[in-house]
Amino acid sequence: MSDSHVRIENVTFSRGSRRIFDGVSLEIPRGKIVAIMGPSGSGKTTMLRLIGGQLKPATGKVWVEDKCVSRLTRTQLFALRRNMGMLFQSGALFTDISVFDNVAFPLRIHTDLPEEMIRDLVLIKLQAVGLRGASALFPAELSGGMNRRVALARSIALDPSMMMYDEPFTGLDPIAMGVVVQLIRTLNKVFGTTSIIVSHDLQETASIADVIYVIADGKLIGAGSPEELFNAESPRVQQFIKGLPDGPVPFHYPARDFETELLEGDDL
Amino acid sequence: MQMRTIEIVVGTFLLAGLISLAILAIRVSGFTVNPDQQTYTVVAKFDNIGGLVVRSKVSIAGVIVGTVTDISLDQETFMAEVVMNIDSDVNEISRDTTAAILTEGLLGGKFIGLSIGAEEDYLKEGDEIYDTQSAIILEELIGKFLLGQF
Amino acid sequence: MISRLRKLGQYLLSIMSVLGRAGELWWQAVWRRPRLSNAPLLMRQIYQLGVLSVVIIALSGFSIGAVLALQGYNQLVKYGAESALGLGVALVLVMEIGPVVSGLLFAGRAGSAVTAEIGLMKATEQLSSMEMIGVDPLQRIIAPRIWAGFISMPILSLMFCVVGIWGASLVGVNWLGVYEGAFWSAMQEGVDFETHVLKGIVKSVVFGLVVTWVAVFQGYDAEPTSEGIAAATTRTVVYSSVAVLVLDFFLTLVMFNF
Repeated sequence: MSDSHVRIENVTFSRGSRRIFDGVSLEIPRGKIVAIMGPSGSGKTTMLRLIGGQLKPATGKVWVEDKCVSRLTRTQLFALRRNMGMLFQSGALFTDISVFDNVAFPLRIHTDLPEEMIRDLVLIKLQAVGLRGASALFPAELSGGMNRRVALARSIALDPSMMMYDEPFTGLDPIAMGVVVQLIRTLNKVFGTTSIIVSHDLQETASIADVIYVIADGKLIGAGSPEELFNAESPRVQQFIKGLPDGPVPFHYPARDFETELLEGDDL
Repeated sequence: MQMRTIEIVVGTFLLAGLISLAILAIRVSGFTVNPDQQTYTVVAKFDNIGGLVVRSKVSIAGVIVGTVTDISLDQETFMAEVVMNIDSDVNEISRDTTAAILTEGLLGGKFIGLSIGAEEDYLKEGDEIYDTQSAIILEELIGKFLLGQF
Repeated sequence: MISRLRKLGQYLLSIMSVLGRAGELWWQAVWRRPRLSNAPLLMRQIYQLGVLSVVIIALSGFSIGAVLALQGYNQLVKYGAESALGLGVALVLVMEIGPVVSGLLFAGRAGSAVTAEIGLMKATEQLSSMEMIGVDPLQRIIAPRIWAGFISMPILSLMFCVVGIWGASLVGVNWLGVYEGAFWSAMQEGVDFETHVLKGIVKSVVFGLVVTWVAVFQGYDAEPTSEGIAAATTRTVVYSSVAVLVLDFFLTLVMFNF
């Protein structure tokens, strides 16, 4: 078993005419919390989809557990996904079934466990996220933060060795955010779960990530621990890290000379 | 909703569908399941069959006793040859019976009406009815009327 | 001039690609992967699409049957042919109005619901998360709905005809005074199961297929935004309604004229 859980090798991917990844390579070490960050629309969610096998790269390879994801058969992919948990930005709970059934879903699909055992496992997972009392409720009756916690319980139902979090902090109030941060940290420290966090929330992410990769314009522009990145030389990375409104990513949308455009109004 | 309730409701729905089908089949289209009715074949030739079609009814005194099974053109006499299946238990139809092509009601379809004759000899399998009366054709009727041949 | 041709070409190509995607969805969902273990899902969908449409079908069927009887009587009585009322109404319902109108109602009620539901599942990433857990959404979400539509539509069409004829009989016999015996006997003599009823059933099966296919595809292909879902739902109703009407013409041509 090699040290890297996931390896992205020189991957390019386009959606329509837009180049989302242009020769990106990165490595995700086993048991660590790795963050993939970058401006909105830089394709961070796409990266998770590539790792999970939902999308195939145009060129390059994606290796998970030393298996090339794009070459797997349906059955092999099914087995691989058993070991991957993914937390979607919106929770993505199935709205037509209860919280309990949502968490039980992966167990019922991937295992032949009897219902009594499944019940116990579901309650344990819900207890871990603090929502055991809500097992009979339906997703529509939960708040956003609770939705995401239930979704987290569902994604760890099979005790996966790797967890992927898509914008886990976005849109949460400070308390809920604190809960999620703590859960991610606990999962990693206690179970050694390799955790991949995709986010543009710098503060929260930097507080728990071991390694951060910064992607912009389809390329990897920065990599390292939070401290290393904070002191990075690249102005692009600096702008992102420090949250500067103007820099390599300009503040102004391309336009004509301001003075000229204003004075035009007098002639009309 | 509980699975069991859904199962029951869906089952009722499917049953209702089958019942609708049955109603349409029996009540509406008069589909009858005739268990192996024995029949014998009889032939008749007409000058003009009008709108008679295969599956048209054959009746005596208004009671259905058979069906038309084949209609073809006799290329020697250029008359229409109609083949009918008559129920086997109606076996005392005399040989000089008349077969006429009649219309049901005002707008109805054509059917063959048999008027029983007087002979003691009865029709058997493959026999021909010689006394036939063709369908009344509207144009001929109008023609006769116009020419005062009524 | 060239740019107009190019635009037309692009438009045609995009239609081809839509048809291709729709065809692929159909192929993957229905032919490649049917599974018996998904029977409860199928049943739930038959409930959603079929059972819940019964009320609107019954009400419409009854009304249309009654109207046909009313109008039919007014015309037939001029020729003294009102005894043929039952026959006329039954034929019209069974051959045309039954399958077509229930197809249109189905498109409006069940079709739009399916599109909205699937579109919403796509927008809230439920389809994606299902895939990540390792379940094929085509098998679990799409296929049951297609089969349910295929099964429900003919049943609804039959119910429509039955209720319609009943409504016509209430108006014709009980109210307008057509002789009950003549009403039913003319109908029984004139309506043939194979030539009329069966062909109507064939139509309703085809319509069920088409409406559900359009509904499912539009939902699956929708833009994952609220405007996208709204647009997709509208498209479902419009496209499947038009498809039903156009197909009706061609089916009638093929089945009744050849």
